[in-house]
Amino acid sequence: MSRARLILGVFLLFLLVLSLAVEGVLATTFAYYYDVLITIGINVILAVSLNLVNGYTGQFSLGHAGFMAVGAYAAASWSNHLDPVVAGVLGGMGNPAATNVCLVVSMLVGGLLAALAGLLVGIPSLRLRGDYLAIVTLGFGEIIRTAILNTDFLGAARGLSVRGNYTNLFWTYGLAGICVYTVLSLVNSTYGRGFLTVRDDEVAAEAMGINTTRYKVAAFVIAAFFAGIAGALYAHFKAFITPEGFNFFRSVDVVVMVILGGMGSTLGVILAAALLTILPEILRALAHTSFMPPAFQGLLENRLIAYSLLLIVLMLTRPEGLFGDPSAVRRRFIRTRPK
Amino acid sequence: MTSKRLELQSCTIRFGGLTAVANFSMVVGPRELVGLIGPNGAGKTTVFNMITGVYQPTEGQVVFNGERLNGLKPFVITAKGIARTFQNIRLFPSLTVFDNVRAAFNVHLAHGPRHAWWRGGKFRAEEAQIETKALDLLKIFNLDRHRDVMCKSLPYGDQRRLEIVRALATTPKLLLLDEPAAGMTPTEKKSLMRLIEFIQEHFDISVLLVEHDMRVVMGICRRIYVLDYGIKIAEGAPEAIRRDPKVIEAYLGEEPES
Repeated sequence: MSRARLILGVFLLFLLVLSLAVEGVLATTFAYYYDVLITIGINVILAVSLNLVNGYTGQFSLGHAGFMAVGAYAAASWSNHLDPVVAGVLGGMGNPAATNVCLVVSMLVGGLLAALAGLLVGIPSLRLRGDYLAIVTLGFGEIIRTAILNTDFLGAARGLSVRGNYTNLFWTYGLAGICVYTVLSLVNSTYGRGFLTVRDDEVAAEAMGINTTRYKVAAFVIAAFFAGIAGALYAHFKAFITPEGFNFFRSVDVVVMVILGGMGSTLGVILAAALLTILPEILRALAHTSFMPPAFQGLLENRLIAYSLLLIVLMLTRPEGLFGDPSAVRRRFIRTRPK
Repeated sequence: MTSKRLELQSCTIRFGGLTAVANFSMVVGPRELVGLIGPNGAGKTTVFNMITGVYQPTEGQVVFNGERLNGLKPFVITAKGIARTFQNIRLFPSLTVFDNVRAAFNVHLAHGPRHAWWRGGKFRAEEAQIETKALDLLKIFNLDRHRDVMCKSLPYGDQRRLEIVRALATTPKLLLLDEPAAGMTPTEKKSLMRLIEFIQEHFDISVLLVEHDMRVVMGICRRIYVLDYGIKIAEGAPEAIRRDPKVIEAYLGEEPES
């Protein structure tokens, strides 16, 4: 048994015990904090998986919300139509075992479909570089959103009610743990060094026998898979999803988490995901204190203003992100590489 | 098995209207140390890029070990046994010295993402094996004490050598060196010459050397090709090349008419 897998196992076991102990109390008595906690978990999955593409592999994807939408709607549709069948085998709906199995199955459906979308988008578009890839992925995200908006089967603009309120602490953080494990174990291997070589110098990587296109597609598909899982968790958490929940700004949120945390630093990205989830909550609380002039309330409640300010300050003072490698960023943005 | 490791059969490469290399043929035998020289812009690096698949020849064929390389991607060609270094050093700047070499072991890797994820016994055995091999290579070139240093903080000469180590990690049968002596002091150049000869013997490979510095090329190559404006103007032993009027003209210019 490898050490990394052992750590993951211990983490999952610990998480299981913890969630069995506190889940009930948290979800009922501290519903607000529970909500924030689950959102943090989902955002960690999104940010850590996007970091594999934007951070470690050096590609700039702006379409993570698109993959999340694919996962969310796939999982929701699956649950709405097929959960009774799945649960039927396990003693009917409402049975805790059936609930968990339904969640896992629908997460897998969401994740795999998102991964398939990642493959379909990735193969043609990953021949593009830099800004062009960003534009294509942005376009993909918008296409997905618009397609859902115009598909009656998925509820169109009305949104889609999702059967079951399955998402719980264990699966959210369990999947976050598996996502972190996946990214770290891939990157920390001889195979995984390939992702970093693609980011550093594609020409040299190819000359060293590295199939750069395959690495880019692999990163894209793995990231899309976890975005799909995050989408499924989100759908089963909110129990109601609309296309607007997966718009361009959702992708930007995740990109900001990756940049703030430091591209290519998984620890930094986890912390940034937590910080950027909590920050709007704190600002909202602050906006409604008695000493805050009403004029500032709107400013404080709008998370995008806070994000922008945070990014400006960050870029001026620490462009590599909180935990990033300074030299990596300097190369990315201040690149002078003759042919 | 032919006695030719690499053969260029009348290769031409055009970029739009510009003919960078015209009708160029050359042969590199097994265990041979061949030089390719020429003034600035003669097309030496273009020949390299043609062999390694960065550019495709417009006409002609590149044959390696009896196999046609035309149309193959660079990473496939590397897997077939041609490794190269770059004129302007292209190490992986965010990786350590050790990881730069480790990354090059990807070519012949038995495990893939699945194994890296599961971290089973076979995966760990292969990783341990790669680590040993990489460290052995670094040791040969006296770079093992820098194993955990970021490669960009190495001195210039060490970076050049690390690039050669990285190329050797792909276990090539033919090593292409693109101006390895560029920017080196005369002392460094001397040790580089010894190093290249050592590599050729120790690893039992062919070496094709593109170089500006005549002393380096003349000192170690048994056969030399000379390019000027994309055309081969001479080939042969160093002594013959040194006396060849066409070569002298290309390097020193024509004697003014009086």
